Amino acid sequence: MVLGPIHMAYILAALLFILALAGLSKQETAKLGCLSGMVGMTIALLATFAQVESATGFILIIIAMAIGAGIGIYVARKVAMTQMPEMIACLHSFVGLAAVLVGYNSFLELGGVAPETVTIPVNASADEIAALLESAGAAVAGAASAMTVGELNTHLVEIFLGVFIGAVTFTGSIVAYGKLNGTYKLRIFKSSPLVIPGGHWLNLAALIVSLFLMIWFMASDTPSVAPLVIMTLIAFVFGIHLVAAIGGADMPVVISMLNSYSGWAAAASGFMLSNDLLIVTGALVGSSGAILSYIMCRAMNRSFISVIAGGFGNESAAASSDEEMGEYREMKCPEVAELLKNSSSVIIAPGYGMAVAQAQNAVAQMTEKLQARGVQVRFAIHPVAGRLPGHMNVLLAEAKVPYDIVLEMDEINDDFENTDTVLVIGANDTVNPAALENPNSPIAGMPVLEVWKARNVVVFKRSMNTGYAGVQNPLFFKENTAMCFGDAKKSIEEIVSAL
Amino acid sequence: MLIGIPKESLRGETRVAATPDTVGKLIKLGFEVQIQSNAGADASFDDAAYTAAGAKVVKGREVWNSSDIIFKVNAPNDDEVGYLKEGQTLVSFIRPAQHPELVAKLNEKKVNVLAMDMVPRISRAQALDALSSTANISGYRAVIEAAHCFGRFFTGQVTAAGKVPPAKVMVIGAGVAGLAAIGAAHSLGAVVRAFDTRLEVADQIKSMGGEFLKLDFKQEDGSSSDGYAKVMSDEFIKAEMELFAKQAKEVDIIITTAAIPGKPAPRLVTKEMVESMKPGSVIVDLAAATGGNCELTVEGKITTTENGVKIIGYSDLAARLPAQSSQLYGTNLVNLAKLLCKNKDGQINIDFEDVVLRNMTVTKDGEVTFPPPKISVSAAPAAKPAAAPQQKVEQRQVSKTLKVSCVIALIVAFALIGLFAPEKFLPHFTVFVLACVCGYYVVWNVTHSLHTPLMSVTNAISGIIVVGALLQISSGASVVISAFAFIGVLIASINIFGGFAVTRRMLAMFRKQ
Repeated sequence: MVLGPIHMAYILAALLFILALAGLSKQETAKLGCLSGMVGMTIALLATFAQVESATGFILIIIAMAIGAGIGIYVARKVAMTQMPEMIACLHSFVGLAAVLVGYNSFLELGGVAPETVTIPVNASADEIAALLESAGAAVAGAASAMTVGELNTHLVEIFLGVFIGAVTFTGSIVAYGKLNGTYKLRIFKSSPLVIPGGHWLNLAALIVSLFLMIWFMASDTPSVAPLVIMTLIAFVFGIHLVAAIGGADMPVVISMLNSYSGWAAAASGFMLSNDLLIVTGALVGSSGAILSYIMCRAMNRSFISVIAGGFGNESAAASSDEEMGEYREMKCPEVAELLKNSSSVIIAPGYGMAVAQAQNAVAQMTEKLQARGVQVRFAIHPVAGRLPGHMNVLLAEAKVPYDIVLEMDEINDDFENTDTVLVIGANDTVNPAALENPNSPIAGMPVLEVWKARNVVVFKRSMNTGYAGVQNPLFFKENTAMCFGDAKKSIEEIVSAL
Repeated sequence: MLIGIPKESLRGETRVAATPDTVGKLIKLGFEVQIQSNAGADASFDDAAYTAAGAKVVKGREVWNSSDIIFKVNAPNDDEVGYLKEGQTLVSFIRPAQHPELVAKLNEKKVNVLAMDMVPRISRAQALDALSSTANISGYRAVIEAAHCFGRFFTGQVTAAGKVPPAKVMVIGAGVAGLAAIGAAHSLGAVVRAFDTRLEVADQIKSMGGEFLKLDFKQEDGSSSDGYAKVMSDEFIKAEMELFAKQAKEVDIIITTAAIPGKPAPRLVTKEMVESMKPGSVIVDLAAATGGNCELTVEGKITTTENGVKIIGYSDLAARLPAQSSQLYGTNLVNLAKLLCKNKDGQINIDFEDVVLRNMTVTKDGEVTFPPPKISVSAAPAAKPAAAPQQKVEQRQVSKTLKVSCVIALIVAFALIGLFAPEKFLPHFTVFVLACVCGYYVVWNVTHSLHTPLMSVTNAISGIIVVGALLQISSGASVVISAFAFIGVLIASINIFGGFAVTRRMLAMFRKQ
């Protein structure tokens, strides 16, 4: 086995992964970034193949990868853009599960040799160690004999942490998947947060018990599998509880948080296998996911700490207010079309409702028709619109809306004043003036799209129900606001035909 | 109910409490409107226009006799108080603090009185704040009057006949009137400087095109919760006067708008300052009615000093733009009517639960309700900036302790790792820490629209865990290990291939126009 070239290949792969992430931060370089990620992955895989020595191993790998690739590519082709959040949540759970399996394997490989050999290495000669290494085969972590007590302990901690993070990621992602999918009847998959009394204490207890289990795991002469299994079960429950306690509206942050966790899981596996490539990649994914969550938390005016701790969606959902805010005005589609014809500038503020109604293509058509009439059409995207960061951008891109008319909140918020008509399509909390005007509102202080400053606002909504945060929206009762009830897709299509 | 609009009796008053436009709006709210003949003549609204808008034109005192509600501009004089009847509602400027005897007389007649000058300064009530709309007009007109008296251009020009420097204007007091004056003078092309004791208005001044004259003085903010400036300390006033004295020598036009509610206007421009000004300079004193900000102001007149400085002391600046003033005041009254008549059925209800109405009401059902209880003006313009920094300070302190504890935790963690971790672990740890930092910098500036593709690509990359499973699959130690590794390879491959494929699919969709 040639270690030098393999190591260099790993470094190359790590560099390419960094390039991939850097490329993905700008539209112009995004495709190149994706490509360098793929090249990096290929190099990493080839370098790893070179370390596989048995033929059966190869056959197994080829079978497993072929099946995995088949499923992966099939799903990636089929998945609708609106289901992207679920798909990503689902993929996260795979990384989590893989990390658990790798962790268990590392432990098993350590296996029976440990008890006798732990005491040997201090005075073992170099020849003996070499012999033991050979007998243990090519496996990297196979030789517990080559370890000092300290190394063994470190190794056990690595395994323990890797399995823990992996298990939390695994069940957490499954719950997130269920919540986003919304078709499962199980309580933990409901989008409203599951609040268990003393939930935070339960989380803390789970962590403390796991810590004690880790001490037990390290302290016993024969590393026994029992604490590891108990901890895995606790971590599974912990992961479920962590995500179940978070409301559906906060899923964008949860997804990127789980993304981060899956990265840390990979990094922990890297430590246990002494594999730098895994460490680098895991750390990259972990820290980038954490940063992404942080950026989103800032956009929602939430504390990052409480997000990581989980269950941060509670307060907003608990304070639901049904208070009547006054009368609202209804507008039918032909009237909306008439209004649009007479406007010279239109801003469209889409939200999750547009994704649910699959209205993005109709919206794109409407945009084209309006542009043909010389109307300036732009899109205003709130950072947390949808159930996944950038969800709206992906949907609009799918419908072939050019990305240069799709603007961020900060870019467009000052322009609402000079806008004739704003169409709010399936957005609610992200356009709620209460966030700025009512200091007691559960969403107070969250930056919102100030759509009400425009001359006319039309809100497309199915009913007068509140949004995910459960807060009534004073926007609907403003004098310049009109409501257009019904399925967003049908309404927009009707408007398109009337234009 | 029937709203009556009498002709203003005050000499020189040109305004009227309703225009044909606002009459239409009142009728839409369910009211009937009658107007005294010729009431709008001075504001260029003839009777025919009112009739066309739906109002009934009546002669003489009839308007007082049959109306349920009277809308007026000025406080009623003694004769007019006599015309009023029990149960009627009067809406006009009253100045109840300065005229307690008028309040007593009105109360005797058992009329309900709403004072337009008592609109609280809260955001919700801005639509009916007649003082603001009057001040806006006064500020604009002050500049027009100054331009009329000033013997030169406002704007700087380079002409064939030589270069003309722009006029320099100083505005004292950046309330509504001051800001309107800054805006008007700036759009005429003058160089505008403005001073105010409230530091928070600096941005507003800049937004209107003025330059904020900052006092070189220890921070003392003149903001108060009622939206007016408060009285400042002696040292502050001394520094302020020095600033004005210096500016007086430089500027061509001074517009003063400083007023303290219920008190005589502060003296800001002394005789010496006026004497130090260039001949031909103009001073417009908007506080002339309450004694004037300038020592030499004569109310209602233009005076010229010995050194040729003109001092304009008009107290009726708003009335000099009668059509505009009437329109804005009339709209304020319409907005009041909306508050009074929430059902749009033409019936009014002076609801004391509503702080705006409570504050404006001077007498009701035979009881004097002035002065009103102090309302907590949470939304007062000054309160917000005052409250926000406090919170921020607290947050900052919290995050400071957090930071410190984080640093300590890091040091402890590093020490522990350094003491107990085996040597082999350390190179890996180095790589780990550096990779974390690298991830931070790489992702920090990601554009929002790419969050989803970025996430799916990182997802694909985190499928690198397959490497672990690949290494284990062939170790051959036991069937269990191989089976686990097999599953691991399988699902991690789904991740790798699925993640990259879906990212490519998404990126292919993004396009530019």
